[in-house]
Amino acid sequence: METVTAVIDGCKVEVAKGTTILDAAKTVGIKIPTLCYHPDQSIKANCRICVVEVEGVQLLQAACATAVGKDMVIKTNTMAVREARKTVLELILAHHPQDCLQCIRNQNCELQTLAHEYNVRENRFEHIDENLLLDLTSPGVHRDPNKCIKCGRCIEVCERVQTAAVYSKYNRGFKVGVAPVLNLGLGEVACINCGQCVHACPVGAIYENDQHEQVWDAICDPKKHVVCQMAPAIRVALAEEFGLNAGELEMGKIVAALRQIGFDKVFHTNFTADLTIIEEGNELLHRINNGGKLPMITSCSPGWIKYCEHFYPDFLDNLSTCKSPQQMFGALVKTYYAEKASIDPADIYSVSFMPCTAKKFECIRPEMNSSGYQDVDVVLTTRELARMIREAGIDIVNIAPEDFDAPMGMYTGAAVIFGATGGVMEAALRTVYEVVTGKTLQDINFTAVRGMEGIKEATVDLDGLEVKVAVAHTTGNARKLLDAIRAGEKFYHFIEVMACPGGCIGGGGQPYGTTNEIRQKRIDAIYDEDAGLPIRKSHENPAITQLYEEFLKEPLGHKSHELLHTHYTKRSLYPFSKEEK
Amino acid sequence: MVDSYTNVSVDKIIAEFKDVKSGLLPALHAIDEKYKVIPEEALVKLSQVFNIPVSQIYGVATFYAKFAVNQRGKNVIRFCESAPCHIAGAAELVAAFEKQLGIKAGETTLDGKFTLEFCQCVGMCQEAPVFTINQQPYFNVSIEEIPEILARF
Repeated sequence: METVTAVIDGCKVEVAKGTTILDAAKTVGIKIPTLCYHPDQSIKANCRICVVEVEGVQLLQAACATAVGKDMVIKTNTMAVREARKTVLELILAHHPQDCLQCIRNQNCELQTLAHEYNVRENRFEHIDENLLLDLTSPGVHRDPNKCIKCGRCIEVCERVQTAAVYSKYNRGFKVGVAPVLNLGLGEVACINCGQCVHACPVGAIYENDQHEQVWDAICDPKKHVVCQMAPAIRVALAEEFGLNAGELEMGKIVAALRQIGFDKVFHTNFTADLTIIEEGNELLHRINNGGKLPMITSCSPGWIKYCEHFYPDFLDNLSTCKSPQQMFGALVKTYYAEKASIDPADIYSVSFMPCTAKKFECIRPEMNSSGYQDVDVVLTTRELARMIREAGIDIVNIAPEDFDAPMGMYTGAAVIFGATGGVMEAALRTVYEVVTGKTLQDINFTAVRGMEGIKEATVDLDGLEVKVAVAHTTGNARKLLDAIRAGEKFYHFIEVMACPGGCIGGGGQPYGTTNEIRQKRIDAIYDEDAGLPIRKSHENPAITQLYEEFLKEPLGHKSHELLHTHYTKRSLYPFSKEEK
Repeated sequence: MVDSYTNVSVDKIIAEFKDVKSGLLPALHAIDEKYKVIPEEALVKLSQVFNIPVSQIYGVATFYAKFAVNQRGKNVIRFCESAPCHIAGAAELVAAFEKQLGIKAGETTLDGKFTLEFCQCVGMCQEAPVFTINQQPYFNVSIEEIPEILARF
């Protein structure tokens, strides 16, 4: 490897040729501030906060975009550099609302942090308010364009990672803004509600539709029986909201916190994740054995579903008809559980904690009412859950752990791994293998489908039946896979798609500022949890066996179809396209 | 009034640039030339023909002062809003145009004849203040000359 040596603030560095000044400075413990820079994205160099002095170069250089040159002498802490950075901050703040205390990103904002670090106490520039309208059109993601600093990070993640390309800059110069086409709302364009733009945004310009007040209202209503479910990806990330590392928060402590908040019953989505495996596994075998449409593609991720509806409507018949675990849970809570507990389903208020902003859209889809009511009343993200815990004054780190309620709180390791990319596939293979072959799996760890690689493939031998599978995370990778299938270059029996990078652990409802490095830590925590559980195959969950005996009778049976399966809707790519109307 | 567009006519214009390398800008110019606006239908068609997300077509169509996604008048008067023209007294000239036409910058006269708007530097700073009407630049214009200039259209 070719290296170059340079001096940064008097420290000698030797780095690979092509390394930026920003990265080189990190190796010697020098922190250069950034704002438009994002570790998982391309270099934009439009905010100029990272400027440094390079000896022999007249103008200050952007550290994120300048490669270290041979024998370069770089200074990151001079009067000129500090002045320039402060001026950049003052200019941005002159065009940014001054309501930090009320902002959803208060104390968790890259701009606020920099203003603090650079001691911006006054502003030499006249303040300009744009008074642009808030975009509240989407049930998942809201926007306050007044707060946008035009860094372009949301544009990049939407276009390059998700290939939904919802956002673009419009106008130029001082009047530039970031918005969907024609300044329409996110709810009016082909937005999949994945919320990856929320993580990309350094400030409070893009955020979830915060509905946690509705849940307080329900809890305070004595007539309501308030139950909750929680996705497997919540536990590993909630820890981060309370200063712990991914996965450090014990499940029982979250259960105890939810009871203190006031939930009448605390259940787990993992219960219906196990159920999903039974239904989806059987659906796959049914399709393979009866010449059904292949590949079958998973349907757990509502961001992916909406992406498929907008961008690949010709693949809608490939989607498994299984509802997502959240919606199966919703349908069962107001039927199976209501019956068992002798509660009028009209009095049940069903709350779902998800790492996901797209789930907020999913729960209000018109077909998601098979119990006769809206199956899931409201979806809150990991961040909203953290808000409720703080508001309730609960010391979650030190609370005594408690157990989930029966029966919908019982789950296996197969359900836990739903939270990571490849997890649904692995869980399905654990069950399908044993159901088809009648043999016990020697090694239940299908490591080929794990990890952050964009597209993973494997072939599984089910006693002579070679099943080809693929796993994609991010809708951009799903696009690559579907294009290859369309072109006849690839064939698979079964595909798992998750809309978000890393799967649900990287969802748009997870703690702000999720990066790929953080995602990997959450994935590790998910597989640790799976490995530590006594039962790790969905078909061995005794509560699921009981559910079939008492209520559903058989997989893909009449009741299953009524409650657990769904259909999809072709959607237009163009909000104003006349042909669709 | 400018010609009103139809789906068919917009499609026809765009089709001419289908195989032109970097055909998006010439296509936008051709649509603008004919209709003084880039209609929604054109944004969709351009997106399909050039395989570029519609959000980005919108970005290009709003980046250049020459194009507009909202309907403009038959003749577009553009004032440079850069510093040299500002210093040379562009504001007084703009105010005079506003008074004469009875509209504010960014608006179109009721008869659809004129739109008044700002643009970036047109590269003729030596003659500041500069404005253009359609493609034609005007220099050293005094306030008294405005009625005569407008009467030519």
